[in-house]
Amino acid sequence: MIMAQKTVLRKPLGFIDVYKHKPGAEKDRTHYCPGCGHGIIHKLIAEALEDFDIVDKTIVISPVGCSVFAYYYFHTGNLQVPHGRAPAVATSVSRANPDSVVISYQGDGDLAAIGGNNILQAANRGENMVVFFVNNAIYGMTGGQMAPTTLEGQKTTTTPYGRNVKTDGYPIQMCEIINQLTAPVYVVRTSLHDMPNIRKTRAAVRKAISNARDKKGFSFVEVLSMCPSGWKMDSVPAQNWIKENMIPRFPLDTFRDISEDMPAIERPIPVMDPDKVKNILGYSALSDSNLEKNPDADFDKVALRVAGFGGQGIMSAGIALANVGMEYGYNVSWLPSYGPEMRGGTANCSVKIQEDTVGASECTEPNMVIAMNQPSLEKFEQIIVPGGALIYNTTLIDKEPARRDVKVYPIPITGIADELGDTRVQSMVNVGAFAAVTGMFDPGEIENLMSSLFKGKPESVIKLNEIAVRKGYKYVKENFS
Amino acid sequence: MNENRKYPFPEIDPDICKGCVLCVASCPKDVLVISEKLNSKGFHYSEYVGEGCIGCGNCYYVCPEPSAVIVYLKDYVPEEVS
Amino acid sequence: MPRKLMKGNHAAVYGAILAGCKAYYGYPITPASEIAESASLLFPKFGRTFLQAESEIAAINMVYGAAGCGQRVLTGSSGPGISLKQEGISYCAGSALPCVIIDIMRGGPGLGNIGPEQGDYNQVLKGGGHGNYKVIVLAPNSAQEMCDLTMLAFELADKYRNPVYVLTDGVIGQMMEVVELPEPVTGLPDKSEWAIYGTADSRHLINSIYLDHDDLERWNRELMKKYAVIQKNEVRVEEYRMDDAEIVTIGYGSSSRVLRSAIDIARERGIKLGMLRPITLFPFPAPEIASLPDRGLKGILTVEMSDGQLVDDVNLALSGKMISDLYNRMGGNVPTALEICEKVSELYGV
Repeated sequence: MIMAQKTVLRKPLGFIDVYKHKPGAEKDRTHYCPGCGHGIIHKLIAEALEDFDIVDKTIVISPVGCSVFAYYYFHTGNLQVPHGRAPAVATSVSRANPDSVVISYQGDGDLAAIGGNNILQAANRGENMVVFFVNNAIYGMTGGQMAPTTLEGQKTTTTPYGRNVKTDGYPIQMCEIINQLTAPVYVVRTSLHDMPNIRKTRAAVRKAISNARDKKGFSFVEVLSMCPSGWKMDSVPAQNWIKENMIPRFPLDTFRDISEDMPAIERPIPVMDPDKVKNILGYSALSDSNLEKNPDADFDKVALRVAGFGGQGIMSAGIALANVGMEYGYNVSWLPSYGPEMRGGTANCSVKIQEDTVGASECTEPNMVIAMNQPSLEKFEQIIVPGGALIYNTTLIDKEPARRDVKVYPIPITGIADELGDTRVQSMVNVGAFAAVTGMFDPGEIENLMSSLFKGKPESVIKLNEIAVRKGYKYVKENFS
Repeated sequence: MNENRKYPFPEIDPDICKGCVLCVASCPKDVLVISEKLNSKGFHYSEYVGEGCIGCGNCYYVCPEPSAVIVYLKDYVPEEVS
Repeated sequence: MPRKLMKGNHAAVYGAILAGCKAYYGYPITPASEIAESASLLFPKFGRTFLQAESEIAAINMVYGAAGCGQRVLTGSSGPGISLKQEGISYCAGSALPCVIIDIMRGGPGLGNIGPEQGDYNQVLKGGGHGNYKVIVLAPNSAQEMCDLTMLAFELADKYRNPVYVLTDGVIGQMMEVVELPEPVTGLPDKSEWAIYGTADSRHLINSIYLDHDDLERWNRELMKKYAVIQKNEVRVEEYRMDDAEIVTIGYGSSSRVLRSAIDIARERGIKLGMLRPITLFPFPAPEIASLPDRGLKGILTVEMSDGQLVDDVNLALSGKMISDLYNRMGGNVPTALEICEKVSELYGV
């Protein structure tokens, strides 16, 4: 229809007038070989961009392959990208500029071999982009090697005896694969082998580009295209070769066309305003004032190991203590044993609370250990510095510690928690016990911090943990004063 | 361009044409031919025989070189191009 | 300043948000996964992009795209993932795209383990990717620096149009410390001269191809000039008890934290130990290290969690005027302060 309105067919405005990025003198012509299908597809794209008046807002991603130099030609934003990665780059380009029309232009080696995963994943995410997949069954740029789409028996420079499907596999049918995914809105295979099919290709190109313009999502246009140089034949026989050899393997079809039903994709507008950023990060709820330290505390510096089974609140006890230490204005650090160690089995963490800047964060010579089970006691008892403290969980440990040069605090930590009706509160029993043993923290102040320590938890949980702190604190005061 | 020429007609840049013959093969009226002459790049370029063009645009759409073929259609008015 | 107890990995994401980073593209890998997890939690709250890529390679190429569109963009990974990203990082350097890559190093080679190590030093510093390029490398050793240096990384990336690494190890990433949260950055730099926004005025080209040999050589020389400026202007070090030090230790990241403890213990024993900590690994503090022999030292000891990768650069900087000794641990082991003190006594008879 649009064609009828035109009175002249000339180089479309989607192309750069003079190919300034092209080195050498010939800035008025492409680098493509005579009869190459790329030039035809480029022209159809450039024409559509002009006709839809979207040249300005289009961004073309040039791949590696013969069309590596697509950026010479399109009068658009251009990115030249690593081999196979055009759909990944197009993804972030589209996310960054949601109002733009993003075109990923790729050959068969680029798209279906080295970039096979990238194209599938971009399609599967339904990125708002058009992918033009130029299938000429060969690696053109590198000199005619086998492509994933090379036909059975086809001779190339790396299949001199013809493609053997038993060793090289079968030609990959990308449209059929893409069509297995839910997200794409338009999947079509066309061909350049004669004029009616070039005109069908033109229609497909325009449909796909209008989809991206209208933010409909992911469109995939595979075009069977001539490579006369690579195939070592003239242009017209090359067209016939597509018809006779490629189309039986790569049937022409509109595999999917559901763009009409799709709503436009909407992307959020990034929040950059500093006050809003601080508000979202919760700056106003974070304090910068210190609680008063206890000058008569038994400890002025703690290097603590908390150890036990995973699930005994080892990590949360350590984090709670580090948090409280922070509120008192101490320098603190907390270091977990991480990774697979945490999945079942034992867990331990190092906590440092001190006036000075913390050096090493792992407590290799702790002055306090909280051992929640027998293996932890065995592992960490020996590394406590003389004069240090050892808290151990008598509910689960029946063997007495051997060390006589450290102060020992046998406490039924799990038992106290169980009495409160929830084993999980044993971490806060430990926090209470720690406060009593060290004298560094006031249990009342810890209670004041509970709502921030258990942010988002129900009041009942906070209350129960408060009681657990009290119980741990009281147990030490009553039994070891 | 010769203003007395009869629209529609194609204009093929003999220097840019790479002589792939796709336009010749796709012309329904057989009014394109390959020149006996070589251009500066050594290609036998395509030429319009001078009459018989129906403005179908085949040569334009089949040509892989964006600047090689212009087709002035029958309603073309030279003033449009500025 | 408001303060918060947080893991180094989380602090880096806060730093990114405060620096105006608009997009995070990454792939899960221990011990860096918290960066992706934290970004997935936080970025959507700001309408910014978080996307879990299909691969490390896809992630760095998404970074390439976002950077080409002028966004401040972040990815995070660990050794094996960084290996995969190297091609893309070379493209970012070749196309002069600013971006930030966090590498939380783990044990290697191969699958190695997930313990803390510093074996990525060479692959990060010596251009693990192809071609002539350098990346700026910042080496935080605390949660605070994970936040602050991530912010700085974005600033330097934009200033020099170059990829910047934040390079640290599993200990710094996993450790929680108090972070004083800075003010968000205002007034991001204008990139309209080269970035692509999908507008008529921004129809630029992001590209690393120079077919003509002379053009490519020219571009390489421009890059060399840029790196020389970076070397001149951006070296950052921390000195600890260096004033009267007779033995100087050199280490970054986790090992520098242990060195601080070791120095305090050594000083109690009357040993005058000090530390020079590179905060920037490129630019490497070569002039600072080269001047150490002028102090009349008893020795220089490089402490690292890798197989001598750092000490090579230290000795290159010393140019034979002195030779640094090496104490190293690997495989996920972190040196202890006492081990270092013993090594110092053994080497220097103190």
